[in-house]
Amino acid sequence: MNDKILLQINNIGVVYSDVIQVLKGVSLSVPENRIISLLGSNGAGKSTTLKAISGLLKPENGKVTEGSILYDGTEIHNLPPETITRQGIIQVLEGRQPFKYLTIEENLRVGTATRFGKPYKEDLDLVYAYFPVLVKRRKTLAGYCSGGELQMLVIGRALMAHPKLLLLDEPSLGLAPMVVQEIFRIIRRINEEQETTIVLVEQNANMALQIAHYGYVMENGKIVMEGDAAELRENPDVKEFYLGMGATGIAKSYQDVKAYKRRKRWL
Amino acid sequence: MDFFIQLLVNGISIGFLYGLSAMGFVMIYKASSVLNFAHGELLAIGAFLFLALVTWAELPVAAAFILTLAGTFVFGFIVERLFLRPLIGEPLIEIIMLTVGLAAMFKGALLLIWGGNLYTYPDLLPEFLAWNWGVVQVPPVYVSAIFMGIVFLLLFGLFFKYSSQGIYMRSVADNQPAALSLGVHVRRVFALSWAIAALVAGISGIILGLINGINVHELSSIGLKVFPVVILGGLDSISGAIIGGIIIGLLETMTGGYLSPSLRDVIPYIALVAILLVRPYGLFGLVEIERV
Ligand SMILES: Nc1ncnc2c1ncn2[C@@H]1O[C@H](COP(=O)(O)OP(=O)(O)O)[C@@H](O)[C@H]1O
Ligand SMILES: [Mg+2]
Repeated sequence: MNDKILLQINNIGVVYSDVIQVLKGVSLSVPENRIISLLGSNGAGKSTTLKAISGLLKPENGKVTEGSILYDGTEIHNLPPETITRQGIIQVLEGRQPFKYLTIEENLRVGTATRFGKPYKEDLDLVYAYFPVLVKRRKTLAGYCSGGELQMLVIGRALMAHPKLLLLDEPSLGLAPMVVQEIFRIIRRINEEQETTIVLVEQNANMALQIAHYGYVMENGKIVMEGDAAELRENPDVKEFYLGMGATGIAKSYQDVKAYKRRKRWL
Repeated sequence: MDFFIQLLVNGISIGFLYGLSAMGFVMIYKASSVLNFAHGELLAIGAFLFLALVTWAELPVAAAFILTLAGTFVFGFIVERLFLRPLIGEPLIEIIMLTVGLAAMFKGALLLIWGGNLYTYPDLLPEFLAWNWGVVQVPPVYVSAIFMGIVFLLLFGLFFKYSSQGIYMRSVADNQPAALSLGVHVRRVFALSWAIAALVAGISGIILGLINGINVHELSSIGLKVFPVVILGGLDSISGAIIGGIIIGLLETMTGGYLSPSLRDVIPYIALVAILLVRPYGLFGLVEIERV
């Protein structure tokens, strides 16, 4: 595997509505063909980081005010999403966001927007090969499908765009553990077989670190920790807060209660 | 009985025109949540453009018709570019007020050129278009209204169901952030919805002009009937708009035929109020899918 950096985020600050500072100096780099995981609790700024990359801050009145984002060596921060998606960066939004009144297949066809006019039949076949459950739901309105089917749908929809860099925002959210495992296996396969570079945002650190190569931990709009996935899995802080295992086993007064509460949020 | 059938046919043909024009209104609403108060003026613009092409330019009917379609389509596109686009992201009420302003401006421009007089198209439609079923006679205009209605509804139905561009348009109406995330050109979809709205309004304008004559005030007030139609059909439902159009068309002709011609133009609004009291979301509004 080469170590070419596909995406480089340098010290960015992000502000919503001109006053709400959410990211404060976030830096991270994403090597080509790898899976990078971005972990952290609710409100840490994970989704904001992804939106800064994909250009989706703009419709929410957010802006990168400091630093830079380099994709393949060129600056892309604050470009409109129509431009960024056409360079091969596709974000799969948190909470699945299907087109409820479109059928599964029509949903997939929206994924061809960046390649309008090109044939897409083979891409449909590819998506159905990764997610066979979608085949028999082809003509069903997405609004009537289950959470697991929808998560597969939105990942498949993104694949229709031939992404070079895929940004996944909490694909495990609200899904049964069996379904999560299946989806994560497929994410790994997509990374290997399609050579798609992936940034995987998760609160489920346990699952994410099983398929990621490298991980970052975010808190309050800052990166507080980073390392190889295997290293992070063994890190005592990560174990305690993110993987739900007490490192020492000794009760530590109120701090421990706090940790317990946090742990409950994680898993 | 013959009288009834006659009214039925007239009502349905007018209803198709209302439905067709309401479809354009609903498209703008679905894509961008904007209520277009200039819709009636779009009808009038189509009718007058066609008038200019057949009388001043003396073009053959078919050529004038196709040019009018192209012209109204481009006009809708330009209106979106010039007036609506700069306001994207501003509060919706400002955009809706802008369409009220556009209505006044378009009407003023038409009045400036043609004044408030009533014009008629020269005899355009060949007699063979007339239908004769014994005592029931359907004049060529009504036949062409039904024909145009069906043809364009089918065309747009196919466009939205099967073409990629149509599916992108529906995706924006359905979930705009998701559409943006996949690179759908949302602004282009807005522009396209205005272009198509101006086009279908223009077609309805031409045929209504054939039926009633062409007058700025008359046509723009017919355009306002889009409100009872879409409220009946559900603001967000394209097929509802067509059914709503046919119902309003029938209601009008039946009232005009059996009760009193002066009640004719009021009845859609009476229906509007009645429906709002009973079904505030319209008869055919989208059923919200809860399970997501
Ligand atoms: N559109 C917005 N306007 C203002 N504040 C926002 C907006 N979106 C997110 N935030 C704030 O930014 C912080 C980080 O949010 P987010 O990036 O969604 O976190 P995460 O994805 O890690 O849960 C939160 O405090 C949230 O309230
Ligand atoms: Mg989030």
